[in-house]
Amino acid sequence: MPDNRYEKTPRPGQERYVAPPEEVKVGVIDAVDTSEAPSSLWADAWRDMRHRALFWVSAALIVFVVLMAVFPGLFTTTSPTECHLEDSLGGPTAGHIFGFDKQGCDIYARAVYGARASVTVGILSTVFVVVIGTLIGAIAGYFGGWLDTVLSRFTDIFFAVPFVLAAIVIMSLLDDRNALVVAVVLAVFGWTSIARITRGAVLGVKNNEFVTAAKALGMSRGAILGKHVLPNSAAPIIVYATVALGTFIVAEATLSFLGIGLPTSTVSWGGDLDKAQESIRIAPEIMIYPATALALTVLSFIMMGDVVRDALDPKARKR
Amino acid sequence: MTPRKRLVGLGAFALASSLVLTACGGGNSGDDATGDGASTGIVTISNGEPQNPLVGSMTNETEGGLVVQQLYSGLVYYDAEGVVHNEIAESIESDDNQTWTITIQDGWEWSDGTPVTAANFVDAWNWAGYGPNGAKGAGFFEPIEGFAEAQGVPEFDEEGNVSGMAEEPTAETLSGLEVVSDTEFTVKLTQPESDFPIRLGYSAYFPLPDAYYDDTAAFGEKPVTNGPYELESWEHDSEIKLVPNEAYDGPRKAQNGGLDFIVYTDENTSYADLQGGNLDILENVPTSAMSTFEEDLGDGAISEPSASFAAMTVPEWLPEFQGDAGHKRRQALSMAINREQITETIFAGTRIPATDFTSPVINGWTGEIPGNEVTTYNAEEAKKLWDEANEEDPLPDDYVLTIHTNTDSDHQAWVEAVCNGYINDLDIKCEMTGYPTFDEVLNERDKGPDGKVDGLFRAGWSADYPSLQNYLGPLYSKAALAGSNDGRYESDEFDAALKEAAAAPSLDEANVLYNKAQEILFKDLPGIPLWYYSTTAGHSENVDNVEFGWDSMPLLYEVTKTE
Amino acid sequence: MLWYIGRRLLQVIPVFLGATLLLYGLVFLRPGDPVAALGGERGLSPAAELAIREAYHLDQPFFMQYLYFLKGVFTFDMGVTFTGRPVVDVIAQAFPVTFQLALMAIVIETVFGIGFGLYAGIRKGKLFDSTVLLWSLLLISLPTFVIGFVMQAVVGVQLGWLPITAGRDPDFISLLMPAIVLATTSFAYILRLTRTSVVENITADFVRTARAKGLPRGKVMTRHVLRNSLIPVVTFIGIDLGNLMAGSIVTEGIFNINGVGGTLYQAIVRGENVTVVSLSTVLVVVYIFANLLVDVFYAVLDPRIRYA
Repeated sequence: MPDNRYEKTPRPGQERYVAPPEEVKVGVIDAVDTSEAPSSLWADAWRDMRHRALFWVSAALIVFVVLMAVFPGLFTTTSPTECHLEDSLGGPTAGHIFGFDKQGCDIYARAVYGARASVTVGILSTVFVVVIGTLIGAIAGYFGGWLDTVLSRFTDIFFAVPFVLAAIVIMSLLDDRNALVVAVVLAVFGWTSIARITRGAVLGVKNNEFVTAAKALGMSRGAILGKHVLPNSAAPIIVYATVALGTFIVAEATLSFLGIGLPTSTVSWGGDLDKAQESIRIAPEIMIYPATALALTVLSFIMMGDVVRDALDPKARKR
Repeated sequence: MTPRKRLVGLGAFALASSLVLTACGGGNSGDDATGDGASTGIVTISNGEPQNPLVGSMTNETEGGLVVQQLYSGLVYYDAEGVVHNEIAESIESDDNQTWTITIQDGWEWSDGTPVTAANFVDAWNWAGYGPNGAKGAGFFEPIEGFAEAQGVPEFDEEGNVSGMAEEPTAETLSGLEVVSDTEFTVKLTQPESDFPIRLGYSAYFPLPDAYYDDTAAFGEKPVTNGPYELESWEHDSEIKLVPNEAYDGPRKAQNGGLDFIVYTDENTSYADLQGGNLDILENVPTSAMSTFEEDLGDGAISEPSASFAAMTVPEWLPEFQGDAGHKRRQALSMAINREQITETIFAGTRIPATDFTSPVINGWTGEIPGNEVTTYNAEEAKKLWDEANEEDPLPDDYVLTIHTNTDSDHQAWVEAVCNGYINDLDIKCEMTGYPTFDEVLNERDKGPDGKVDGLFRAGWSADYPSLQNYLGPLYSKAALAGSNDGRYESDEFDAALKEAAAAPSLDEANVLYNKAQEILFKDLPGIPLWYYSTTAGHSENVDNVEFGWDSMPLLYEVTKTE
Repeated sequence: MLWYIGRRLLQVIPVFLGATLLLYGLVFLRPGDPVAALGGERGLSPAAELAIREAYHLDQPFFMQYLYFLKGVFTFDMGVTFTGRPVVDVIAQAFPVTFQLALMAIVIETVFGIGFGLYAGIRKGKLFDSTVLLWSLLLISLPTFVIGFVMQAVVGVQLGWLPITAGRDPDFISLLMPAIVLATTSFAYILRLTRTSVVENITADFVRTARAKGLPRGKVMTRHVLRNSLIPVVTFIGIDLGNLMAGSIVTEGIFNINGVGGTLYQAIVRGENVTVVSLSTVLVVVYIFANLLVDVFYAVLDPRIRYA
């Protein structure tokens, strides 16, 4: 993976403030350029990211997957729900390049159409857990004291609820079962982990010198949390969230398995993975397609997460 | 929640007959039991954790049922074909099929040394029939006179839940049971039941020793028994060990050194253990191995018809399935199922397309019931009937046919295949509605004055005793509205036909009449027959003589294993 | 610190009350009627149904049922399951084996996750890093069922290297394969978390200082980089202990281990409220202690983190 963080010659107007010791002379490090106006965190990050190949590769993959989710018709003209039992487990033929699953449905079409439900579930539940988890974890970790106690114990209580029980109860109370509802169910039990991780990361960061410095400069506590502490705690959150995205898509399969997931007429990778298990002894290859689609999606988000983390890391950024 | 329970007490199986029992074999007293030549190896069997104490009338699931069958001997037992033979009974006789005189053999003993007496049967049946004891098998004593008095009258809240007793039971015993001597007792039924003796091999009718009543809870953990085996140990959720009962001298003498039931929660796991040589007898082949197990297991593979029957119930309360148009839709839905293809493709041939409402293993079954053409796949005719029905009584444009099932077992694949067939052949929308737990299905099915379910639902039925009546009565008679007639099918014509069959002078004649009654079912289609189950099982090379009975349970006493 | 730990232990009480109340609310809202299901397709007689309902206090209103449960907890007599076994026995049977399995899984995922993660972080962007990324993707994308099934079929049945199932009273060897399967998903998390933290810390000032001091590379990596990278990893392991104990339904099923995950799942499906709430409550306690340990560990890893 190309990485220009270690570029030898800094661009004009920008200086490293931290760099690998073996490559940069002390004088260069100390020469902090103060002539340029301070820029926002995200603008900096963007400037950094757009020069990285990895960013464009992962962005292209994400665009590809999202395009598939929004306009599946662009990728196939075969219907994923037109299934004839006589085609059951049939091999590839013209127009059906991956062959057929047990029900006689076109595997390629199902892999394409499955993107919508699975990507929606994956992204939505990840966004939900990151928002709730980060908020609660950051407040608990940063402010500490009784706030930490209350929020952390609240997290513990939620952790106590077995996923299957809660899913059965929530799904049966709701008549409508769509990707949003599934995402909410997954999120209600996913946020506790990310809250703990955020809290831990914030605890580790909040005693850093730059936080003390910001305090000394009279910055408000909220501003310090938002501008300094959170960006520096982002790495584990991003890592956890990008991996969780994949596990959420697989978890949807667990719900389908229990009969409380998406309706059978909704095509999803999770559901197809679950169904493929039945034929694992005679046709294990059926599982490869939804699993590959899932792996590619997770890969693109993990790579994107890596790039974003690098870009947000003030130690690695040029000021 | 279950209004069906309001009706309990009306009599679940309303049958009158003066049939003389013919199926019952002669009273053998154990001379054909071969004590010599028996093997000494301990046979391991896959099983689930019994859900009830190890007492016949408390057990209503197959896991416990299999163990209980080995521990106790009843009046009669079934051989592999479902033919009834005497075990403890000397004779079971009646002149009118209503008052039965039962004599038992001398010389049977409980494992605590006390003799098996007629009173052991009567007391056990009284205990099970007395409402407050809460026996799971209480329903099996309903035909006996005095059952209603021993049960009392329950009270229901507005949702149909049992909320208390309107009338407490007025009797602690069933007035129809009477001990005549140590070896004889009489049973008076509320009405003639020609197949009563056939029922007596079911575990609910097993006797109990006097020791049972001292501490019923403790007894269920360490029972005193009279069957071919004795309980050695029960390690919950993992293992049950049985050893042969040396004192047993009946027809089911153990031919092995003992039984070791290993509890599994995943069939794939027990299959792996069988392949790896850790297990001798596998009761159920997992779905994933359906198409490979005969190759994998070779001579150890077992596949034979069983007494289980699957259908989709068409609820009577749905307007789209009422009247002439509704009748055409029922026919269309049945004809649009390609049973051959689904049983071959989805079940790898381990199910057999159904052509009636019972099962081929039951004496009297015939695949040739007039009207059963609707079970033959005919897409064109189905589409024609569906369209005709829509002209008579149009459905809304957004109509979606739903098939409801519990998903804690492998039902999703066939539901999807049936739905795809409907989508392709009838050009309608079709979806599965799944419920994660069995009690949620019950809840949905039985809610309100009518059921709540707004589509077809899965119905599976396994006979408790080998009799055609045991399918038709519980599933479709008015008397069973209180029990398992979940689609609320009501037909005076059908009920009359069942009554006539029960009154037939011989079992063969009765079976002809039962099959005639099925013609009415094919006309009305309260359910759409799908397929008969097969027993798909396997055994290792270490054991011989493995045979599965009509009820899909292995005849474990026969199995031999050399160490 | 002792004062802090004491206070944390006291907090178990409100969490216990809150969690049990929430759980009881959920089992109360659970659809269906478990007592009706006991009768199977045939149904129970009303008298039998009533007798069972009374025996399990299911005829009582919500708060009475909850109070019965609390009373049960404090007298160590939580009643019996629908099969007639004391709930206390069920807990005593399920927890030891699950705890052993979870610990083994944690050791496996921690050793390999941190080891691979550290090396991948040091070799960021190199072949090893990319290979490890692809492997972890595979583990994330395949459901546990598949990994367990394939391992059992290959390592257990075909090669015969490890026992196919654990069975009762499993020893270390028979728990090895289930522990590996159980560890797979968490391994991916730990690996990614470690790798990223290492990448982040490798450029930090204190590392530069340490290297400038002339410390050998290995010592810098373990003493400085790794130690400062462990906070998110330790947090995750704390969470994971709870998850592994409650969420090993699939793995326990595949290897026929009679532990908490499967027991809890069966109890939920059967509607055995007291068993569900009791098992979950023990899990909460385990979780609270795991988190307390994690918080104490924070202070060890990073002396700047202090608890008053």
